[in-house]
Amino acid sequence: MSGIMETKGLRLWYSSNEALKNVNMEIPKNQITALIGPSGCGKSTFLKTLNRMNDLTEGCKIEGKVTLEGEDIYGDMDVNLLRKRVGMVFQKPNPFPMSIYDNIAYGPRIHGVHSKVALDEIVERSLRQAAIWDECKDRLKKSALSMSGGQQQRLCIARALAVEPDVLLMDEPTSALDPISTSKIEELVLDLKEKYTIIIVTHNMQQALRIADKTAFFLLGEVIEFDDTEKMFSTPSDKRTEDYITGRFG
Amino acid sequence: MRSYFDKQLSTLNLELVKMGALCEEAISSAAKCLKDGDKTLIEKIKGTERLIDEKEREIESLSMKLLLHQQPVAGDLRMISAALRMISDMERIGDQAADIAEILKFVGPHSSGAAEHITDMADETKKMVTESVDSFVRRDLDMTRKVMKRDDAVDGLFLKVKEELTKAICGNPEEGEIYLDILMIAKYFERIGDHAVNIAEWVEYSITDTHVKA
Repeated sequence: MSGIMETKGLRLWYSSNEALKNVNMEIPKNQITALIGPSGCGKSTFLKTLNRMNDLTEGCKIEGKVTLEGEDIYGDMDVNLLRKRVGMVFQKPNPFPMSIYDNIAYGPRIHGVHSKVALDEIVERSLRQAAIWDECKDRLKKSALSMSGGQQQRLCIARALAVEPDVLLMDEPTSALDPISTSKIEELVLDLKEKYTIIIVTHNMQQALRIADKTAFFLLGEVIEFDDTEKMFSTPSDKRTEDYITGRFG
Repeated sequence: MRSYFDKQLSTLNLELVKMGALCEEAISSAAKCLKDGDKTLIEKIKGTERLIDEKEREIESLSMKLLLHQQPVAGDLRMISAALRMISDMERIGDQAADIAEILKFVGPHSSGAAEHITDMADETKKMVTESVDSFVRRDLDMTRKVMKRDDAVDGLFLKVKEELTKAICGNPEEGEIYLDILMIAKYFERIGDHAVNIAEWVEYSITDTHVKA
């Protein structure tokens, strides 16, 4: 098992507030890594540093190293190319106010794909990968905003997949969805790990247990424990992890 | 946080203590019946066995509810799954006390050396049951391990009973059948000790996550 992304001595400040304190993690390739922890523990901040979404946040200062397949992402790497390789799906589905087809074709067009045949192929492949093709193949020209919340979230996943990323970051992707849509997304994530590496922030412990290979527990900006999910939820090594997952605080 | 869940876990502990107390009662009555020949105790033991079975079902359903509603993890999960295993061993202890009662229908009061040793076995196993359940409630690993060691004393007593009875049969072959019945009773107490050890092993598992079969 090799790490596709790695952080070394990663520290991050929002002005004087230290939000990440010396985070050292190796994210295994083609696996699902869940980040858990109470609100404000730094898990979403950590996720955002992995594709430089914090760059424009005022007062944000970063120290340490974040690498993608050995390359320093805060070095010479072009941010647009980084975000092509490390895609993101947010908590609330955020389709662009355009057709389903154009939502998917948007990324590839920016990266220089203009042939209709190629775009058609990408749209179909991405929607199929996101397990939503059958539901929308007859209405590709309709507005993406006409879809249900669960469908919109899968569309956003398809949009992220359209540029063929290596890593997919997901920030509580199911917290705004009903149980059926949630289970569809979970199944989808499990299928996707064959081709992609997935890092998911979740507040739902059962979800982490169901889908994640590895789990990291964050507390006050630190990684308290990072281990195989089953080990974390059966015999955590740190008392604070046990207290959190059994609901004694958080 | 989780005060309702903690309350349910305390209820689970309390019910386990009650089930343990019923087992002790069944063991005591069986020993007393052998010593004094008080046949009214036979029905009492059978009644206690039925109460033990009921308690097993109650605790089982409480544990299933906890698993379903609270989706416990880590130590909480081990505690509830250990409770589910412990009650099967306690239920077997109840069955064995009832088996002893069944034999006692045909055996009068007995005061040989063997009977003395059997009384000691009953005392030991009773303590083992009490302490194994207590160690679960108190999360006391030392106590758990002491229970496991106590079983050696029970096994030692069983060997003594066997020796005494072998001599008795040689000296008085006409009474052989009775002596064999008494040997069976001793064997049931020895099995009760084994079940108490099983309970202790589940307690150890719930605390440490390792299940060592002795």
